[in-house]
Amino acid sequence: MIEPSDHLFRHEAGRMVATLTRIFGVHNLALAEDVVQDAFCRALEVWKFRGLPENPSAWLMATAKNRALDVLRRERTARTFAPELGQLLESEWTLAPVVEELFGANAIKDDQLRMMFSCCHPRLTEEAQVALVLHILCGFSVNEIANAFVSSNAAIEKRISRAKKVLAGSKRLFDVSGADDFSGRLPAVQRALYLLFNEGYHSASPESAVRAELCREAMRLAALLLEHPLAATPATHALAALMCLHAARLPGRVDASGSLISLFDQDRSRWDSRLVAEGQRFLDLSATGPELTQYHVEAAIAWVHAMAHRTEDTDWGKIVSLYNTLMTIRPSPVVALNRAIAIAQLEGPKRGLEEIRTIADRDRLATYPFFHAALGEFEFHSGRYEIAREHFRAALGFARNPMERRFLEQRMGACELAAPHVR
Amino acid sequence: MSQFVYLYRDAERGRSPEKMQEMMQKWMTWMKQLTDKGHIKDIGHPLEHTGKLVKGKQKTVTDGPFAETKDIVGGYTLIEARDLDQAVELSKGCPIFEVDGAVEVRPVMKMNM
Repeated sequence: MIEPSDHLFRHEAGRMVATLTRIFGVHNLALAEDVVQDAFCRALEVWKFRGLPENPSAWLMATAKNRALDVLRRERTARTFAPELGQLLESEWTLAPVVEELFGANAIKDDQLRMMFSCCHPRLTEEAQVALVLHILCGFSVNEIANAFVSSNAAIEKRISRAKKVLAGSKRLFDVSGADDFSGRLPAVQRALYLLFNEGYHSASPESAVRAELCREAMRLAALLLEHPLAATPATHALAALMCLHAARLPGRVDASGSLISLFDQDRSRWDSRLVAEGQRFLDLSATGPELTQYHVEAAIAWVHAMAHRTEDTDWGKIVSLYNTLMTIRPSPVVALNRAIAIAQLEGPKRGLEEIRTIADRDRLATYPFFHAALGEFEFHSGRYEIAREHFRAALGFARNPMERRFLEQRMGACELAAPHVR
Repeated sequence: MSQFVYLYRDAERGRSPEKMQEMMQKWMTWMKQLTDKGHIKDIGHPLEHTGKLVKGKQKTVTDGPFAETKDIVGGYTLIEARDLDQAVELSKGCPIFEVDGAVEVRPVMKMNM
């Protein structure tokens, strides 16, 4: 049996589309998607009667390859295929061996990378890049993406079909062998994977399985990136470290009833020590060269948390200084808020409140539930339970899913418990 | 025991890879249940959704599909059951119904006199 958690079909969809697009040319993306759909239909029909083949993944790839050969033979006069393969596909002498080679394991890996870089086209917004990566390389349907992003089907459909048009119009796939272009596009790819991971880690989707899935996909693609010598830069290692160190905390983040647990109250023995070790290894590998990226700093912050076996062991001084650095590299109101929270841990809630008042663009946090929740915590720890409860109530108004809602209701309950007259 | 043929009518298209994998898993589970309970006489074959239709005295040949796409027979299985009621009951576990498909249950004619 294939474990449903393996998502074999989804992952194979990404591999097959990437390779078929390489052969057919990016302008024939839709044709590649049709061939993939065909291969799955065939697998479904045959496997339900004959059971799983020995190597399902190889079976699917071989099916896609045979379909590709059919299409190439049938349509070579009517269509033009990948310009860089040109005449190789036109002659029967070269067609089969060339296609065979293009379906080799290493070629397929490169194809996925090529597609990843192509999806991060500069003419696309970051949101569109992320949606396209999820759709093409991770095999998520429009519906599944809409579900994960808590967006409407129509909105995602529009975003993806526009993005596909840009991709198909880009004439050829990104060339992953040209060093200059490569390092130029790499930051966009890292950013897309970072956003994909965050979408999973912080997303508003009420289903924790969906969120964990997005994190896993981001990590899978980051691992693919690390396999390519030009892509395995210190920044990519830092990105991978940050993903591992955050993902390690996922098992402790939600309690049995499905409500969110704050970092301070998590049962740290539930953190995934294997991922912490993996993250630490990547962090070590990231510490070369002169470049200090946002990913380095965020990974370092996550690492300090991971090293504290109890909340009270946390080195808040180090975390505050890392947030100071982050504010110089990539300032944002959310980073400033997190910095204020760290300062409150180090120097008390009064200092936290002072820091929050100085956040530039504070109004951009007005609908962010954890802004109000932070104010609530500071007031709570200052003993002003009534004011604290009002902040939690405000936060509740902006809660994005039942998990956050339950968490904030619990905090309001704690205010009432601390000062019974507050009801 | 009597024999019955299940004719599967559906049109498998346009679903996400994840949904297709789910569907396949359900089919394999269902087929295994029938096998384990000894109801499968011959697991049968899937059929291509294309083909030709030869018809009439003129033997006119036309391309498939032959009916509404969703009515195309996509495969068959030969099963053994006590009677038609049991064969129908067993067919209800088929995942094809989740995609608006149908199972046609046909008794194999007993060729005694």
